Amino acid sequence: MVTVISRIIHYGFKNFWRNGLLSTATVAIVSLCLVVFAGLILANTTSSRLIGFLQDKIDISAYFKTNTPEDEILAVKSALEKLPEVKSVDYISTEEALAIFKARHENDPAFSQSLEELNSNPLEASLNIKAKDPKNYEVVAEYLKNPDIAQYLATDNPVTYYNKQAAIDRLAGIITGVDRIGLVLTILLSLVAGLVVFNTIRLVIYSNRDEISIMRAVGASNTFVQGPYLMEGLIIGVISAVASLLFIFLGFLLVPLFYPGVTALGIPDFSLFGYFGSNFFSILMYQVLFGVGLTVISSLVAVKKYLRN
Amino acid sequence: MIAFQNVSKIYLGHSPALEDVTFRVNRGEFVSIVGRSGAGKSTIIKLLIGEEKPTKGRVFFGQYEVNKVRDNDLPALRRHIGIVFQDFRLLPQKTAYENVAFALEVAGRPQSEIDELVPQVLDMVGLSDKLNNFPHELSGGERQRVAIARAMVHRPEVIIADEPTGNLDPINTWDIINLLLKINELGTTLMLATHDRDIINQLERRVVTLDHGKVIRDEEKGKYILI
Ligand SMILES: Nc1ncnc2c1ncn2[C@@H]1O[C@H](COP(=O)(O)OP(=O)(O)OP(=O)(O)O)[C@@H](O)[C@H]1O
Ligand SMILES: [Mg+2]
Repeated sequence: MVTVISRIIHYGFKNFWRNGLLSTATVAIVSLCLVVFAGLILANTTSSRLIGFLQDKIDISAYFKTNTPEDEILAVKSALEKLPEVKSVDYISTEEALAIFKARHENDPAFSQSLEELNSNPLEASLNIKAKDPKNYEVVAEYLKNPDIAQYLATDNPVTYYNKQAAIDRLAGIITGVDRIGLVLTILLSLVAGLVVFNTIRLVIYSNRDEISIMRAVGASNTFVQGPYLMEGLIIGVISAVASLLFIFLGFLLVPLFYPGVTALGIPDFSLFGYFGSNFFSILMYQVLFGVGLTVISSLVAVKKYLRN
Repeated sequence: MIAFQNVSKIYLGHSPALEDVTFRVNRGEFVSIVGRSGAGKSTIIKLLIGEEKPTKGRVFFGQYEVNKVRDNDLPALRRHIGIVFQDFRLLPQKTAYENVAFALEVAGRPQSEIDELVPQVLDMVGLSDKLNNFPHELSGGERQRVAIARAMVHRPEVIIADEPTGNLDPINTWDIINLLLKINELGTTLMLATHDRDIINQLERRVVTLDHGKVIRDEEKGKYILI
Protein backbone atom coordinates (compact mmCIF):
# COMPACT_ATOMS: atom_id res chain seq x y z
CA MET A 1 0.00 0.00 0.00
CA VAL A 2 2.77 2.42 0.96
CA THR A 3 4.67 1.33 -2.15
CA VAL A 4 1.63 1.94 -4.32
CA ILE A 5 0.95 5.40 -2.88
CA SER A 6 4.57 6.48 -3.05
CA ARG A 7 4.77 5.36 -6.69
CA ILE A 8 1.59 7.22 -7.56
CA ILE A 9 2.95 10.36 -5.91
CA HIS A 10 6.20 9.88 -7.79
CA TYR A 11 4.43 9.49 -11.15
CA GLY A 12 2.26 12.50 -10.37
CA PHE A 13 5.29 14.69 -9.74
CA LYS A 14 6.96 13.32 -12.83
CA ASN A 15 4.00 14.30 -14.98
CA PHE A 16 4.05 17.71 -13.34
CA TRP A 17 7.77 18.25 -14.08
CA ARG A 18 7.77 16.73 -17.51
CA ASN A 19 5.14 19.24 -18.64
CA GLY A 20 6.75 22.09 -16.75
CA LEU A 21 5.51 24.96 -18.88
CA LEU A 22 1.95 23.69 -18.93
CA SER A 23 2.03 23.05 -15.18
CA THR A 24 3.37 26.54 -14.48
CA ALA A 25 0.69 28.19 -16.57
CA THR A 26 -1.98 26.12 -14.83
CA VAL A 27 -0.65 26.99 -11.39
CA ALA A 28 -0.66 30.66 -12.41
CA ILE A 29 -4.34 30.57 -13.36
CA VAL A 30 -5.41 28.58 -10.32
CA SER A 31 -3.46 30.84 -7.96
CA LEU A 32 -4.98 33.91 -9.58
CA CYS A 33 -8.38 32.43 -8.78
CA LEU A 34 -7.24 31.71 -5.22
CA VAL A 35 -5.87 35.24 -4.79
CA VAL A 36 -9.30 36.59 -5.63
CA PHE A 37 -10.87 34.06 -3.26
CA ALA A 38 -8.56 35.12 -0.42
CA GLY A 39 -9.18 38.75 -1.36
CA LEU A 40 -12.85 38.03 -0.83
CA ILE A 41 -12.17 36.65 2.65
CA LEU A 42 -9.94 39.59 3.56
CA ALA A 43 -12.37 42.14 2.14
CA ASN A 44 -15.19 40.55 4.13
CA THR A 45 -13.24 40.74 7.34
CA THR A 46 -12.21 44.32 6.71
CA SER A 47 -15.66 45.50 5.81
CA SER A 48 -17.32 43.84 8.78
CA ARG A 49 -14.69 45.40 11.04
CA LEU A 50 -15.22 48.75 9.37
CA ILE A 51 -18.99 48.59 9.73
CA GLY A 52 -18.65 47.48 13.33
CA PHE A 53 -16.27 50.31 14.03
CA LEU A 54 -18.58 52.87 12.46
CA GLN A 55 -21.66 51.46 14.19
CA ASP A 56 -19.82 51.89 17.42
CA LYS A 57 -19.29 55.55 16.60
CA ILE A 58 -23.01 56.24 16.49
CA ASP A 59 -24.29 57.69 19.69
CA ILE A 60 -26.66 60.27 21.01
CA SER A 61 -25.20 63.23 22.78
CA ALA A 62 -27.66 65.06 25.00
CA TYR A 63 -26.33 68.51 25.95
CA PHE A 64 -27.60 70.09 29.11
CA LYS A 65 -28.09 73.78 29.74
CA THR A 66 -25.12 75.15 31.67
CA ASN A 67 -27.23 75.93 34.70
CA THR A 68 -28.50 72.36 35.12
CA PRO A 69 -27.50 70.97 38.52
CA GLU A 70 -25.21 67.98 38.28
CA ASP A 71 -27.60 65.88 40.42
CA GLU A 72 -30.28 66.18 37.77
CA ILE A 73 -27.94 65.11 35.05
CA LEU A 74 -26.80 62.10 37.05
CA ALA A 75 -30.44 61.21 37.73
CA VAL A 76 -31.15 61.25 34.01
CA LYS A 77 -28.03 59.15 33.48
CA SER A 78 -29.12 56.42 35.85
CA ALA A 79 -32.64 56.50 34.43
CA LEU A 80 -31.22 56.01 30.95
CA GLU A 81 -28.98 53.19 32.13
CA LYS A 82 -32.07 51.34 33.30
CA LEU A 83 -33.50 51.27 29.76
CA PRO A 84 -33.04 47.83 28.24
CA GLU A 85 -32.05 49.34 24.86
CA VAL A 86 -29.14 51.29 26.28
CA LYS A 87 -25.63 49.86 26.28
CA SER A 88 -23.76 52.62 28.06
CA VAL A 89 -24.07 56.21 29.18
CA ASP A 90 -21.05 58.43 29.66
CA TYR A 91 -21.26 61.61 31.64
CA ILE A 92 -19.08 64.42 30.42
CA SER A 93 -19.07 67.25 32.91
CA THR A 94 -18.43 70.84 31.87
CA GLU A 95 -14.87 70.56 33.17
CA GLU A 96 -14.23 67.47 31.16
CA ALA A 97 -15.77 69.04 28.11
CA LEU A 98 -13.41 71.96 28.55
CA ALA A 99 -10.40 69.68 28.93
CA ILE A 100 -11.36 67.80 25.78
CA PHE A 101 -11.89 71.04 23.93
CA LYS A 102 -8.54 72.39 25.05
CA ALA A 103 -6.77 69.21 24.09
CA ARG A 104 -8.36 69.27 20.67
CA HIS A 105 -7.30 72.86 20.01
CA GLU A 106 -3.94 72.64 21.69
CA ASN A 107 -2.14 73.93 18.64
CA ASP A 108 -4.58 76.71 18.05
CA PRO A 109 -3.56 79.67 20.21
CA ALA A 110 -6.54 81.75 19.07
CA PHE A 111 -9.00 79.33 20.68
CA SER A 112 -7.24 78.98 24.00
CA GLN A 113 -6.78 82.70 24.20
CA SER A 114 -10.43 83.45 23.65
CA LEU A 115 -11.36 80.81 26.23
CA GLU A 116 -9.15 82.40 28.80
CA GLU A 117 -10.63 85.80 28.05
CA LEU A 118 -14.12 84.43 28.70
CA ASN A 119 -13.07 83.59 32.22
CA SER A 120 -15.94 81.20 32.68
CA ASN A 121 -16.65 77.80 31.18
CA PRO A 122 -19.09 78.16 28.28
CA LEU A 123 -19.25 74.44 27.53
CA GLU A 124 -22.26 72.32 28.27
CA ALA A 125 -22.21 69.09 30.19
CA SER A 126 -23.48 66.16 28.19
CA LEU A 127 -24.53 62.54 28.33
CA ASN A 128 -23.12 60.32 25.68
CA ILE A 129 -25.51 57.44 25.09
CA LYS A 130 -24.78 54.28 23.17
CA ALA A 131 -27.56 51.87 22.28
CA LYS A 132 -27.17 48.14 21.99
CA ASP A 133 -28.45 48.20 18.46
CA PRO A 134 -28.57 51.10 16.01
CA LYS A 135 -32.32 50.61 15.70
CA ASN A 136 -32.75 51.47 19.38
CA TYR A 137 -31.70 55.09 19.00
CA GLU A 138 -35.20 56.10 18.15
CA VAL A 139 -36.44 54.78 21.51
CA VAL A 140 -33.70 56.71 23.28
CA ALA A 141 -34.47 59.88 21.35
CA GLU A 142 -38.16 59.49 22.20
CA TYR A 143 -37.30 59.03 25.85
CA LEU A 144 -35.26 62.25 25.87
CA LYS A 145 -38.30 64.19 24.62
CA ASN A 146 -40.02 63.47 27.92
CA PRO A 147 -40.67 66.98 29.37
CA ASP A 148 -39.04 66.07 32.70
CA ILE A 149 -35.78 65.71 30.88
CA ALA A 150 -36.32 68.00 27.93
CA GLN A 151 -36.57 71.02 30.16
CA TYR A 152 -32.87 70.74 30.98
CA LEU A 153 -31.66 70.09 27.50
CA ALA A 154 -29.80 72.74 25.57
CA THR A 155 -31.52 71.95 22.30
CA ASP A 156 -34.85 70.42 21.41
CA ASN A 157 -33.28 68.07 18.98
CA PRO A 158 -30.12 66.70 20.50
CA VAL A 159 -29.57 64.00 18.02
CA THR A 160 -27.80 63.67 14.69
CA TYR A 161 -27.67 59.91 14.54
CA TYR A 162 -30.10 59.64 11.64
CA ASN A 163 -27.58 61.08 9.22
CA LYS A 164 -24.79 58.89 10.44
CA GLN A 165 -26.94 55.78 10.20
CA ALA A 166 -27.95 56.62 6.67
CA ALA A 167 -24.31 57.03 5.68
CA ILE A 168 -23.40 53.74 7.27
CA ASP A 169 -26.27 52.01 5.54
CA ARG A 170 -25.08 53.37 2.25
CA LEU A 171 -21.53 52.18 2.97
CA ALA A 172 -22.85 48.75 3.95
CA GLY A 173 -24.74 48.68 0.67
CA ILE A 174 -21.61 49.47 -1.29
CA ILE A 175 -19.67 46.82 0.59
CA THR A 176 -22.36 44.21 -0.05
CA GLY A 177 -22.18 45.13 -3.72
CA VAL A 178 -18.40 44.82 -3.78
CA ASP A 179 -18.66 41.48 -1.96
CA ARG A 180 -21.13 40.25 -4.50
CA ILE A 181 -18.86 41.28 -7.37
CA GLY A 182 -16.01 39.48 -5.61
CA LEU A 183 -18.15 36.37 -5.24
CA VAL A 184 -19.18 36.41 -8.89
CA LEU A 185 -15.57 36.97 -9.89
CA THR A 186 -14.47 34.05 -7.72
CA ILE A 187 -17.09 31.78 -9.25
CA LEU A 188 -16.17 32.83 -12.78
CA LEU A 189 -12.46 32.42 -12.14
CA SER A 190 -13.09 29.04 -10.50
CA LEU A 191 -14.86 27.91 -13.65
CA VAL A 192 -12.03 29.15 -15.83
CA ALA A 193 -9.39 27.63 -13.54
CA GLY A 194 -11.34 24.36 -13.42
CA LEU A 195 -11.46 24.23 -17.20
CA VAL A 196 -7.76 25.00 -17.46
CA VAL A 197 -6.89 22.21 -15.03
CA PHE A 198 -9.19 19.85 -16.90
CA ASN A 199 -7.46 20.71 -20.15
CA THR A 200 -4.00 20.37 -18.65
CA ILE A 201 -4.76 16.89 -17.35
CA ARG A 202 -6.31 16.02 -20.68
CA LEU A 203 -3.13 17.09 -22.49
CA VAL A 204 -0.90 15.19 -20.08
CA ILE A 205 -3.03 12.08 -20.52
CA TYR A 206 -2.77 12.55 -24.27
CA SER A 207 1.00 12.95 -24.23
CA ASN A 208 1.28 9.86 -22.01
CA ARG A 209 -1.01 7.72 -24.14
CA ASP A 210 1.76 5.23 -25.05
CA GLU A 211 2.72 4.81 -21.45
CA ILE A 212 -0.92 4.40 -20.47
CA SER A 213 -1.55 1.72 -23.09
CA ILE A 214 1.54 -0.15 -21.89
CA MET A 215 0.32 0.14 -18.31
CA ARG A 216 -2.99 -1.33 -19.38
CA ALA A 217 -1.31 -4.14 -21.32
CA VAL A 218 0.88 -5.19 -18.40
CA GLY A 219 -2.09 -5.19 -16.05
CA ALA A 220 -1.67 -1.99 -14.08
CA SER A 221 -4.64 -1.48 -11.77
CA ASN A 222 -6.92 1.50 -12.30
CA THR A 223 -5.44 3.07 -9.19
CA PHE A 224 -2.10 3.06 -10.96
CA VAL A 225 -3.41 4.25 -14.29
CA GLN A 226 -5.60 7.04 -12.92
CA GLY A 227 -3.91 7.88 -9.63
CA PRO A 228 -1.01 9.92 -11.04
CA TYR A 229 -3.40 12.35 -12.76
CA LEU A 230 -5.46 12.93 -9.64
CA MET A 231 -2.17 13.33 -7.80
CA GLU A 232 -1.08 15.90 -10.35
CA GLY A 233 -4.32 17.81 -9.76
CA LEU A 234 -3.63 17.68 -6.04
CA ILE A 235 -0.09 18.96 -6.57
CA ILE A 236 -1.35 21.83 -8.72
CA GLY A 237 -3.91 22.70 -6.04
CA VAL A 238 -1.44 22.74 -3.16
CA ILE A 239 1.23 24.67 -5.04
CA SER A 240 -1.35 27.19 -6.21
CA ALA A 241 -2.65 27.67 -2.68
CA VAL A 242 0.83 28.37 -1.37
CA ALA A 243 1.64 30.58 -4.37
CA SER A 244 -1.55 32.60 -3.88
CA LEU A 245 -0.60 33.38 -0.29
CA LEU A 246 2.88 34.36 -1.45
CA PHE A 247 1.33 36.77 -3.93
CA ILE A 248 -0.88 38.24 -1.23
CA PHE A 249 2.09 38.57 1.08
CA LEU A 250 3.99 40.35 -1.68
CA GLY A 251 0.96 42.56 -2.14
CA PHE A 252 1.05 43.48 1.53
CA LEU A 253 4.71 44.37 1.20
CA LEU A 254 4.45 46.32 -2.03
CA VAL A 255 1.10 48.10 -1.96
CA PRO A 256 1.83 50.22 1.16
CA LEU A 257 4.97 51.49 -0.59
CA PHE A 258 2.71 53.22 -3.09
CA TYR A 259 -0.37 53.83 -0.94
CA PRO A 260 0.84 54.17 2.66
CA GLY A 261 -1.71 53.25 5.28
CA VAL A 262 -4.11 51.62 2.89
CA THR A 263 -4.19 48.30 4.70
CA ALA A 264 -5.28 49.85 7.99
CA LEU A 265 -8.21 51.68 6.36
CA GLY A 266 -8.20 54.13 9.26
CA ILE A 267 -9.72 51.59 11.63
CA PRO A 268 -7.88 51.83 14.93
CA ASP A 269 -6.43 48.61 16.38
CA PHE A 270 -6.91 46.84 13.08
CA SER A 271 -4.40 46.02 10.42
CA LEU A 272 -5.30 43.75 7.54
CA PHE A 273 -1.73 42.50 7.45
CA GLY A 274 -1.90 41.74 11.16
CA TYR A 275 -5.13 39.83 10.57
CA PHE A 276 -3.49 37.97 7.68
CA GLY A 277 -0.52 37.12 9.87
CA SER A 278 -2.45 35.93 12.90
CA ASN A 279 -4.91 33.91 10.82
CA PHE A 280 -2.27 32.69 8.39
CA PHE A 281 -2.86 29.00 8.99
CA SER A 282 -6.62 29.08 8.77
CA ILE A 283 -6.41 31.18 5.60
CA LEU A 284 -3.86 28.71 4.21
CA MET A 285 -6.24 25.90 5.08
CA TYR A 286 -9.12 27.60 3.24
CA GLN A 287 -6.88 28.18 0.23
CA VAL A 288 -5.65 24.60 0.16
CA LEU A 289 -9.16 23.20 0.63
CA PHE A 290 -10.64 25.39 -2.07
CA GLY A 291 -7.67 24.99 -4.43
CA VAL A 292 -7.35 21.25 -4.02
CA GLY A 293 -11.12 20.78 -4.23
CA LEU A 294 -11.18 22.70 -7.48
CA THR A 295 -8.20 20.99 -9.11
CA VAL A 296 -8.92 17.46 -7.94
CA ILE A 297 -12.52 17.66 -9.14
CA SER A 298 -11.32 18.94 -12.52
CA SER A 299 -8.73 16.21 -12.90
CA LEU A 300 -11.25 13.62 -11.75
CA VAL A 301 -13.59 14.71 -14.54
CA ALA A 302 -10.72 14.57 -17.05
CA VAL A 303 -9.63 11.14 -15.83
CA LYS A 304 -13.16 9.75 -15.94
CA LYS A 305 -13.62 11.14 -19.42
CA TYR A 306 -10.30 10.16 -20.99
CA LEU A 307 -9.05 7.21 -18.97
CA ARG A 308 -11.78 4.64 -19.24
CA ASN A 309 -10.62 1.11 -19.89
CA MET B 1 -6.96 -22.99 -20.71
CA ILE B 2 -8.13 -20.66 -23.52
CA ALA B 3 -11.45 -21.24 -25.24
CA PHE B 4 -13.43 -19.28 -27.81
CA GLN B 5 -17.05 -20.45 -28.12
CA ASN B 6 -18.98 -19.29 -31.19
CA VAL B 7 -17.45 -15.85 -30.93
CA SER B 8 -18.48 -13.08 -33.33
CA LYS B 9 -17.20 -9.54 -33.25
CA ILE B 10 -18.65 -6.69 -35.22
CA TYR B 11 -17.01 -3.31 -34.70
CA LEU B 12 -19.73 -0.67 -34.73
CA GLY B 13 -20.72 0.10 -38.28
CA HIS B 14 -18.26 -2.31 -39.87
CA SER B 15 -18.54 -5.73 -41.46
CA PRO B 16 -17.84 -8.62 -39.05
CA ALA B 17 -14.18 -8.92 -37.92
CA LEU B 18 -14.84 -12.39 -36.46
CA GLU B 19 -17.64 -14.78 -37.28
CA ASP B 20 -18.57 -17.79 -35.18
CA VAL B 21 -15.01 -18.55 -34.09
CA THR B 22 -14.56 -21.63 -31.93
CA PHE B 23 -11.27 -23.12 -30.76
CA ARG B 24 -9.54 -24.17 -27.61
CA VAL B 25 -5.91 -23.98 -26.49
CA ASN B 26 -4.51 -26.30 -23.84
CA ARG B 27 -1.94 -25.47 -21.21
CA GLY B 28 1.60 -25.62 -22.59
CA GLU B 29 0.61 -25.51 -26.26
CA PHE B 30 2.31 -23.38 -28.93
CA VAL B 31 -0.41 -22.15 -31.28
CA SER B 32 -0.01 -19.91 -34.30
CA ILE B 33 -2.92 -17.84 -35.51
CA VAL B 34 -2.47 -17.26 -39.19
CA GLY B 35 -4.33 -15.10 -41.66
CA ARG B 36 -4.05 -12.24 -44.10
CA SER B 37 -4.04 -8.67 -42.99
CA GLY B 38 -7.50 -7.87 -41.65
CA ALA B 39 -8.42 -11.52 -41.09
CA GLY B 40 -9.07 -10.88 -37.40
CA LYS B 41 -5.89 -12.03 -35.62
CA SER B 42 -5.48 -8.95 -33.48
CA THR B 43 -9.19 -8.96 -32.73
CA ILE B 44 -8.85 -12.42 -31.16
CA ILE B 45 -6.11 -11.07 -28.91
CA LYS B 46 -8.13 -7.98 -27.96
CA LEU B 47 -11.06 -10.19 -26.97
CA LEU B 48 -8.79 -12.43 -24.92
CA ILE B 49 -7.38 -9.57 -22.82
CA GLY B 50 -10.78 -7.90 -22.49
CA GLU B 51 -9.85 -4.85 -24.52
CA GLU B 52 -12.92 -5.49 -26.68
CA LYS B 53 -16.14 -7.34 -25.87
CA PRO B 54 -17.46 -10.00 -28.22
CA THR B 55 -20.68 -9.20 -30.02
CA LYS B 56 -21.70 -12.83 -29.60
CA GLY B 57 -20.28 -15.91 -27.93
CA ARG B 58 -18.04 -16.49 -24.94
CA VAL B 59 -14.31 -16.20 -24.31
CA PHE B 60 -12.66 -18.18 -21.53
CA PHE B 61 -9.23 -17.78 -20.02
CA GLY B 62 -8.30 -19.98 -17.06
CA GLN B 63 -10.99 -19.44 -14.46
CA TYR B 64 -12.18 -16.20 -16.08
CA GLU B 65 -15.07 -15.82 -18.50
CA VAL B 66 -13.45 -12.80 -20.14
CA ASN B 67 -16.60 -11.34 -21.72
CA LYS B 68 -18.11 -11.07 -18.23
CA VAL B 69 -15.12 -9.70 -16.35
CA ARG B 70 -15.82 -6.25 -14.95
CA ASP B 71 -13.50 -3.38 -15.89
CA ASN B 72 -12.07 -3.26 -12.38
CA ASP B 73 -11.00 -6.91 -12.57
CA LEU B 74 -9.35 -6.70 -15.98
CA PRO B 75 -5.93 -5.71 -14.59
CA ALA B 76 -5.79 -8.89 -12.51
CA LEU B 77 -6.70 -10.94 -15.60
CA ARG B 78 -4.04 -9.21 -17.68
CA ARG B 79 -1.34 -10.03 -15.18
CA HIS B 80 -1.83 -13.68 -16.12
CA ILE B 81 -1.12 -12.83 -19.76
CA GLY B 82 2.07 -11.44 -21.24
CA ILE B 83 1.69 -9.51 -24.48
CA VAL B 84 4.29 -8.77 -27.14
CA PHE B 85 3.53 -6.37 -29.98
CA GLN B 86 4.92 -5.89 -33.45
CA ASP B 87 6.04 -2.33 -32.62
CA PHE B 88 7.66 -3.35 -29.28
CA ARG B 89 5.92 -0.55 -27.34
CA LEU B 90 8.88 0.26 -25.13
CA LEU B 91 9.03 3.58 -23.33
CA PRO B 92 11.77 5.54 -25.13
CA GLN B 93 12.92 7.50 -22.09
CA LYS B 94 13.43 4.37 -19.97
CA THR B 95 16.34 1.92 -20.14
CA ALA B 96 15.86 -1.78 -20.88
CA TYR B 97 15.97 -2.43 -17.15
CA GLU B 98 13.44 0.32 -16.35
CA ASN B 99 11.08 -0.78 -19.09
CA VAL B 100 10.87 -4.25 -17.57
CA ALA B 101 10.74 -2.91 -14.01
CA PHE B 102 7.87 -0.63 -15.02
CA ALA B 103 5.58 -3.64 -15.55
CA LEU B 104 6.15 -4.74 -11.96
CA GLU B 105 6.00 -1.21 -10.54
CA VAL B 106 2.55 -0.50 -11.93
CA ALA B 107 1.34 -3.86 -10.68
CA GLY B 108 2.26 -2.63 -7.19
CA ARG B 109 4.98 -5.25 -6.61
CA PRO B 110 7.54 -4.46 -3.90
CA GLN B 111 10.89 -2.99 -4.83
CA SER B 112 12.82 -5.97 -3.48
CA GLU B 113 10.99 -8.28 -5.86
CA ILE B 114 11.68 -5.91 -8.76
CA ASP B 115 15.39 -5.82 -7.96
CA GLU B 116 15.45 -9.59 -7.99
CA LEU B 117 13.24 -10.45 -10.98
CA VAL B 118 14.25 -7.88 -13.58
CA PRO B 119 17.92 -8.94 -13.98
CA GLN B 120 16.73 -12.56 -14.04
CA VAL B 121 14.39 -12.18 -17.01
CA LEU B 122 16.74 -9.88 -18.88
CA ASP B 123 19.41 -12.52 -18.45
CA MET B 124 17.01 -15.14 -19.76
CA VAL B 125 16.44 -13.20 -22.99
CA GLY B 126 20.19 -12.70 -23.32
CA LEU B 127 20.41 -9.01 -22.51
CA SER B 128 22.28 -9.02 -19.22
CA ASP B 129 24.95 -6.79 -20.75
CA LYS B 130 22.49 -4.20 -22.10
CA LEU B 131 20.47 -3.43 -18.95
CA ASN B 132 21.16 0.28 -19.09
CA ASN B 133 20.69 0.83 -22.81
CA PHE B 134 17.81 2.96 -23.95
CA PRO B 135 15.59 1.52 -26.70
CA HIS B 136 17.25 3.70 -29.34
CA GLU B 137 20.58 2.15 -28.34
CA LEU B 138 19.26 -1.36 -29.08
CA SER B 139 18.71 -3.25 -32.34
CA GLY B 140 15.18 -4.22 -33.37
CA GLY B 141 15.71 -7.79 -32.21
CA GLU B 142 17.08 -6.60 -28.88
CA ARG B 143 14.14 -4.29 -28.39
CA GLN B 144 11.76 -7.12 -29.00
CA ARG B 145 13.67 -9.22 -26.45
CA VAL B 146 13.21 -6.44 -23.90
CA ALA B 147 9.50 -6.50 -24.70
CA ILE B 148 9.43 -10.28 -24.24
CA ALA B 149 11.26 -9.92 -20.94
CA ARG B 150 8.62 -7.40 -19.88
CA ALA B 151 5.84 -9.78 -20.89
CA MET B 152 7.49 -12.63 -18.96
CA VAL B 153 8.34 -10.86 -15.79
CA HIS B 154 4.95 -11.51 -14.18
CA ARG B 155 5.46 -15.23 -14.85
CA PRO B 156 2.24 -15.28 -16.90
CA GLU B 157 0.52 -18.53 -17.80
CA VAL B 158 0.32 -17.49 -21.42
CA ILE B 159 2.31 -15.22 -23.68
CA ILE B 160 0.59 -13.71 -26.68
CA ALA B 161 2.75 -12.33 -29.46
CA ASP B 162 1.01 -10.25 -32.13
CA GLU B 163 3.30 -10.32 -35.19
CA PRO B 164 6.39 -9.98 -32.98
CA THR B 165 8.72 -10.33 -35.97
CA GLY B 166 6.89 -8.03 -38.35
CA ASN B 167 9.55 -5.32 -38.02
CA LEU B 168 12.59 -7.60 -37.94
CA ASP B 169 15.06 -9.00 -40.48
CA PRO B 170 15.17 -12.81 -40.96
CA ILE B 171 18.05 -13.41 -38.53
CA ASN B 172 16.47 -11.43 -35.73
CA THR B 173 13.16 -13.07 -36.59
CA TRP B 174 14.53 -16.50 -35.84
CA ASP B 175 16.23 -15.30 -32.66
CA ILE B 176 12.85 -14.16 -31.43
CA ILE B 177 11.00 -17.28 -32.54
CA ASN B 178 13.63 -19.48 -30.86
CA LEU B 179 13.29 -17.42 -27.70
CA LEU B 180 9.53 -17.93 -27.77
CA LEU B 181 10.01 -21.67 -28.29
CA LYS B 182 12.36 -21.75 -25.30
CA ILE B 183 9.82 -19.94 -23.15
CA ASN B 184 7.17 -22.40 -24.30
CA GLU B 185 9.41 -25.34 -23.39
CA LEU B 186 9.71 -23.93 -19.88
CA GLY B 187 5.95 -24.39 -19.55
CA THR B 188 4.32 -21.15 -20.71
CA THR B 189 1.47 -21.42 -23.20
CA LEU B 190 2.22 -19.48 -26.37
CA MET B 191 -0.06 -17.84 -28.90
CA LEU B 192 1.62 -16.35 -31.94
CA ALA B 193 -0.27 -14.26 -34.48
CA THR B 194 1.61 -13.97 -37.72
CA HIS B 195 1.40 -14.02 -41.49
CA ASP B 196 5.01 -15.03 -41.97
CA ARG B 197 4.94 -18.15 -44.20
CA ASP B 198 8.51 -19.26 -43.37
CA ILE B 199 7.97 -19.23 -39.66
CA ILE B 200 4.81 -21.30 -39.89
CA ASN B 201 6.24 -23.82 -42.26
CA GLN B 202 9.38 -24.41 -40.20
CA LEU B 203 7.72 -24.37 -36.78
CA GLU B 204 5.66 -27.51 -37.35
CA ARG B 205 3.33 -26.60 -34.53
CA ARG B 206 -0.41 -26.18 -34.32
CA VAL B 207 -1.84 -23.59 -36.74
CA VAL B 208 -5.29 -21.97 -36.63
CA THR B 209 -5.98 -20.28 -39.94
CA LEU B 210 -8.38 -17.37 -40.19
CA ASP B 211 -9.92 -15.96 -43.31
CA HIS B 212 -12.33 -13.04 -43.29
CA GLY B 213 -13.02 -13.60 -39.62
CA LYS B 214 -13.71 -17.33 -39.89
CA VAL B 215 -11.59 -20.27 -38.78
CA ILE B 216 -11.02 -22.17 -42.01
CA ARG B 217 -8.43 -24.65 -40.77
CA ASP B 218 -7.10 -25.87 -37.43
CA GLU B 219 -4.30 -28.42 -37.65
CA GLU B 220 -1.57 -29.89 -35.47
CA LYS B 221 1.75 -29.38 -37.31
CA GLY B 222 0.02 -27.02 -39.73
CA LYS B 223 1.36 -25.41 -42.87
CA TYR B 224 0.79 -21.97 -44.26
CA ILE B 225 -1.68 -22.56 -47.07
CA LEU B 226 -3.05 -19.09 -47.76
CA ILE B 227 -2.15 -17.51 -51.06
N1 LIG C 1 -11.26 -0.61 -33.52
C1 LIG C 1 -11.77 -1.02 -34.68
N2 LIG C 1 -12.85 -0.39 -35.21
C2 LIG C 1 -13.37 -0.79 -36.38
N3 LIG C 1 -12.91 -1.80 -37.10
C3 LIG C 1 -11.83 -2.48 -36.66
C4 LIG C 1 -11.21 -2.12 -35.43
N4 LIG C 1 -10.17 -2.95 -35.22
C5 LIG C 1 -10.14 -3.79 -36.27
N5 LIG C 1 -11.14 -3.52 -37.14
C6 LIG C 1 -11.45 -4.26 -38.37
O1 LIG C 1 -11.61 -5.61 -38.03
C7 LIG C 1 -10.99 -6.44 -38.99
C8 LIG C 1 -9.98 -7.37 -38.36
O2 LIG C 1 -8.92 -6.59 -37.84
P1 LIG C 1 -7.67 -7.21 -37.08
O3 LIG C 1 -6.88 -6.08 -36.56
O4 LIG C 1 -8.15 -8.21 -36.12
O5 LIG C 1 -6.89 -7.90 -38.27
P2 LIG C 1 -5.46 -8.63 -38.25
O6 LIG C 1 -5.71 -10.00 -38.69
O7 LIG C 1 -4.80 -8.41 -36.95
O8 LIG C 1 -4.70 -7.84 -39.40
P3 LIG C 1 -3.15 -7.46 -39.48
O9 LIG C 1 -2.45 -8.67 -39.95
O10 LIG C 1 -3.11 -6.36 -40.50
O11 LIG C 1 -2.73 -7.01 -38.14
C9 LIG C 1 -10.38 -5.52 -40.03
O12 LIG C 1 -11.30 -5.43 -41.12
C10 LIG C 1 -10.30 -4.19 -39.33
O13 LIG C 1 -10.48 -3.14 -40.26
MG1 LIG D 1 -3.06 -7.36 -36.29
